Amino acid sequence: MGTIVAVTGNEACAQALKQINPDVCAAYPITPATDLMQRFSSFVNDGKVDTELVLVESEHSAMSACIGAAAAGGRVATATSSQGLALMWEMLHIAAGTRLPIVMPLVNRALSAPLNIHGDHSDGMGARDTGWIQLYSENAQEAYDNTVQAFRIAEHLDIRLPAMVCMDGFIVSHSIERVEYIDDGDVKKFVGKFKTVHPLLDLDNPKSYGPLILTDMYHEYKRAQHEVMTKVPGVVLDVAADFEKMTGRKYSLFETYRLDDAEMAIVVMSSAAGTTKDIIDQYRDRGVKIGLLKPRMFRPFPFQEIADALNHVKAIAVLDRADSFGSYGPLFSEITGAVMSMKSKPAVINKIFGLGGRDYLPVQAEQVIDELIQVAETGKVEAIKEYIGVRE
Amino acid sequence: MTTKPLRLKELAKGEDRFAHGHRMCAGCGAPIVVKQVLMATDYPIIAANATGCLEVSSCIQEYTAWKIPWIHSAFENSAATISGVEAMYRSLVKQGKIDDKQVKFIAFGGDGGTYDIGFQSLSGAMERGHDMMYVCYDNGAYMNTGIQRSSATPFGANTTTCPAGDVIPGKPQQRKDLTRIMAAHGIPYIAQASPGNWMDLMKKVQKAFEIRGPKFMNIIAPCNRGWRSRTDDAITLAKLAVETCYWPLYEIENGVTRVTVKPKEKKPLVDFLKPQGRFKHMFAPENEGMLKQAQDYVDAQWDRLLKESAAGEAEKAE
Repeated sequence: MGTIVAVTGNEACAQALKQINPDVCAAYPITPATDLMQRFSSFVNDGKVDTELVLVESEHSAMSACIGAAAAGGRVATATSSQGLALMWEMLHIAAGTRLPIVMPLVNRALSAPLNIHGDHSDGMGARDTGWIQLYSENAQEAYDNTVQAFRIAEHLDIRLPAMVCMDGFIVSHSIERVEYIDDGDVKKFVGKFKTVHPLLDLDNPKSYGPLILTDMYHEYKRAQHEVMTKVPGVVLDVAADFEKMTGRKYSLFETYRLDDAEMAIVVMSSAAGTTKDIIDQYRDRGVKIGLLKPRMFRPFPFQEIADALNHVKAIAVLDRADSFGSYGPLFSEITGAVMSMKSKPAVINKIFGLGGRDYLPVQAEQVIDELIQVAETGKVEAIKEYIGVRE
Repeated sequence: MTTKPLRLKELAKGEDRFAHGHRMCAGCGAPIVVKQVLMATDYPIIAANATGCLEVSSCIQEYTAWKIPWIHSAFENSAATISGVEAMYRSLVKQGKIDDKQVKFIAFGGDGGTYDIGFQSLSGAMERGHDMMYVCYDNGAYMNTGIQRSSATPFGANTTTCPAGDVIPGKPQQRKDLTRIMAAHGIPYIAQASPGNWMDLMKKVQKAFEIRGPKFMNIIAPCNRGWRSRTDDAITLAKLAVETCYWPLYEIENGVTRVTVKPKEKKPLVDFLKPQGRFKHMFAPENEGMLKQAQDYVDAQWDRLLKESAAGEAEKAE
């Protein structure tokens, strides 16, 4: 049995990293992820882990050192946020393209300008095309559980890809919640020993990493990368099944809430899902058939599975905590992509909410549901994309 | 200690850890630098490489010239990348997961990847104290992308981004003295070397590998494409750079500076500039002042170095 504690999301993730005991961790401080690495640094300096901590001079170097360490042949982790992830951008592609299973908690935060340290998904969404696996977490428990599972997924020999575990900056990273920790021994057993593949440290079989590949084969390499991604959902589900056996906590590619008989659905990720579920309960009490779908795995995106889960609804509101200026919100684009395969297509609306840590209030969820009721009844959409909770 | 005697005959019989058949230009100085560095020691070596001439020409698709473990990830981060490799090595040795085989770690980078875009990554890795050596092969411009000026480009040089124009005749600034900047990091060993003085270069590599902690070597690497010189002039120019004191050979060991090769007769800088087309415009009558400016800078740098070296010698004598 695990231990029940009251901790922040950062603290929970640091605990997961401690229990996993990576061989190397290279990191650079950034709000709101700082606390995570500070706690982990204490584990290092108190001798609680064997990790070699590389305290670099930038996030670009953090990811570069992680790449070197992972290629050398061992378990590697880091954590970052916002501008830090943006500075890593170049190296994120290289970590994935080189098939290095680095695990990185990403404490989601707004991107400059203007400078803002609070939570939204601009950073994670900006990195959606880097080739990383992305898991989003609703609360500290999920952030902890996803971190433990991420190592198994990333290091799976059929996958060998880096993975980000996302949680909302401050809302989750700094809020104290009830979290159930898994026993150290169980985490160790669950994650297993790291299996090296072509380690750079194998002196007898020298390997060259990072070749130049031009027009003759680059295209094929990229297709191969795509094909690896198609194997990820199966592994995520297998790992989730093992995780459920160990903890009783159920995970999938996404979570559904009161969706089976719903006529309308809200699709929203991370912490906002909790508030939304409460409001859905209130509307359900009034007989409104509304449900929720909360994507957990955003990359790769489970189009078909989500299409199947939403197949029966008449109207969908997709709530994005990030914008793609001049386009729709990134989650909306994926959901409408999923809708494409449906026979009878629901009406879909897009709400941009909570940027730069703006509170997502129950009243906003109510407004969205009220609008959805109208859309479901009339089949008419007045405006596809709108900002909510915005000061006029 | 695996320091081996530096006798040409025996060195020539040794295993080449950087194979021929790579795609560097004919007459390029960089692969000579790499060979001399690797040949100086029998220690196992793992290398990282910044994006650049050396990298794009030595590992293409399934072909690699590297007979040692080698990693390239990007342009500005070879120091950070190798620091990660070295950290993993230390971690696994410490945990008893692998044996300590006295592996040495090297990062190679050109001047662009070292003086400019990779400077922060280099500085950070040196400050953190990784047991590694950074080798900059300095050809004085972004040669791989087509001879654009870098902060290592010498004063007056004609490059594609500071061309010898009618109004601005080549690079207006003097080059950055990176070796001294690295010395300011207080690391245990810093050296400047030239493939034209191979014995001096290899001795420095040997010495560096016996020192634990971060080391930096700045090695001049003539580039006939960028220098607009003869294909077979690389070694001649590498020697002239030393003989004119444009590229003094010295080392700074635990803060003590020592000139390792003092030219018998200091040649005028024009001997180094003249064979290079990139300085051709400086010999035009209207640009006469440029030659003097270039010479004055070299003289001042050399004088300062001699003073520092003398101070080092005096300290040793005490």
